[in-house]
Amino acid sequence: MVKYIFRRLISLIPLLFGITIITFMVIHLVPGKPTDMETQFNPKVSLEARDRIARLYGLDKPLHVQYADWLKRMASFDFGVSFVDSRPVIEKIRERIPVTLGINLASIILILLIGVPIGISSAVRENSFYDRSMTVFVFIGFAMPTIWLSLILMDLIGVQWGILPVSGIKSLEFERFSFLEKIIDVSRHLVLPVFVSAFAGLAGISRYMRSNMVQVLRQNYIRTARAKGLSEKEVVYKHALKNALLPIVTILGLSVPGLIGGSVIFESIFSIPGMGRLFYESVMARDYPVIMGVLVIGAALTLMGNLLADISYAAVDPRIKLE
Amino acid sequence: MELLKVKNLKKIFPKHKVAAVDGVDISISKGEIYGLVGESGCGKSTIARAILRLIEVQEGSVLYKEQDLLKMPYRKMRAFRKSLQMIFQDPHTSLDPRVKIGEIIEEVFIIHDNLSQQERRNKTLETLEMVGLGEAYLGRLPSELSGGERQRVGIARALATDPEFIICDEPVSSLDISVQAQILNLLMDLQKRKNLTYLFISHDLGVVGSICDRVSVMRKGRFVETAPCEEIFASPKHEYTKTLLNASRLHFR
Repeated sequence: MVKYIFRRLISLIPLLFGITIITFMVIHLVPGKPTDMETQFNPKVSLEARDRIARLYGLDKPLHVQYADWLKRMASFDFGVSFVDSRPVIEKIRERIPVTLGINLASIILILLIGVPIGISSAVRENSFYDRSMTVFVFIGFAMPTIWLSLILMDLIGVQWGILPVSGIKSLEFERFSFLEKIIDVSRHLVLPVFVSAFAGLAGISRYMRSNMVQVLRQNYIRTARAKGLSEKEVVYKHALKNALLPIVTILGLSVPGLIGGSVIFESIFSIPGMGRLFYESVMARDYPVIMGVLVIGAALTLMGNLLADISYAAVDPRIKLE
Repeated sequence: MELLKVKNLKKIFPKHKVAAVDGVDISISKGEIYGLVGESGCGKSTIARAILRLIEVQEGSVLYKEQDLLKMPYRKMRAFRKSLQMIFQDPHTSLDPRVKIGEIIEEVFIIHDNLSQQERRNKTLETLEMVGLGEAYLGRLPSELSGGERQRVGIARALATDPEFIICDEPVSSLDISVQAQILNLLMDLQKRKNLTYLFISHDLGVVGSICDRVSVMRKGRFVETAPCEEIFASPKHEYTKTLLNASRLHFR
């Protein structure tokens, strides 16, 4: 097992390598330069000044040399400094990452808490009115554009009814709150973003759970369990669920990239100072070091998610032995 | 005395609109081995499942000791599962792949008896030994066993409730020929020792002929002929029975 994990970790290195090459190229192919912000809208900046800035950032060199420079720094875990405010990239990411992780974790937990029971109850009543209604319900969430839903909810709940705050994660007077008030304040800010991201993700887990469960309930050993004299509840929750829950573990591990992608959208909408919004802002400013930093960390998280999925798969299923 | 009496059993699968079982009557006395033969898809397994209420039927009744199993509430039926058990056809899929052999058997005692943990363990071991498996199998998973060993577990599981009546639904058809004989001998041995009553389902006339007291020949959801075993083999009355017999003789030549 330890050997397996070690081998998998080793094999991640060339993969990360490939990912960084492609993203580095793609990002430099995007029209616009990091220097545009400082020069384009300022008529006083001379051509020489622009070149000087470009040289300062190393942007005058050929692309492969720039990549080699970047890689050399990465080798010592130096993500470089932001073009925008000259702060170390790693520091900018570190202060943003807890918010994003927190929201995504809350959203995953919510998805599991709602999606798994929906899947089970739908499978047990396969093709019933309830099953069909749940299918429609989760697909509405899946099909609804996040942006539209967010704006509608912000207007309705935040502006017209004034129940919840619509943006950010803290109120203005946050510093003066007691500890308990701080927790309440942050949770109130997180209700809408977590709801929006969970609603979209519900379809995946619940449909997956349903189809697994339907499949498992048709298995012969379920008939055996009934013949033994187990109650229907025990058949479903003891024998069927154990077998059907397994693939969900993998889906969770594989859903990491989707969550990171989703964060970019809803953090921008709700002005949440997380990694998603940092990414959006740095793409807009062509802040290459920050973009690369976020992408590398995102890729690493994704690959770790896949690895964790495989390992936990082996941990929960005694039939699977990783070698 | 009749232990089990099936009257006019009818099962229609709504999707296919074909009567899988079309008005079947069976009566089995205590200690008898009743054979049920027919080609694949003629409705043998459907009868078996219907008797144990693993599927619901449209018409008919199943009287076990004069009580109609099909009419009683499902909850009450669960108590009857102690006395009516089933050995399934495919030992590879009929055991929960994530549950250890010991737990598969022990679960039966948890459901039906109120025993201490130690007593349950002893009875589990006792049951496993009855089918020729030992303590070494307690902690193993179904996937670590051979087909024959798994079917022994399937039999042990059925025996664990100490039933009077067991439906053997093609218990040897998915096993190697060499293992088939062992399992059949085990079943016969257990039948004598515990005075069990079997409903033995098979598509193999050779198997049925060697163990059954009475046989029904089934085709397209109906019985074409029911007679004592020797009679069926010596003087088959129905054309279909003759065809089946010829086919099986061809097979053994």
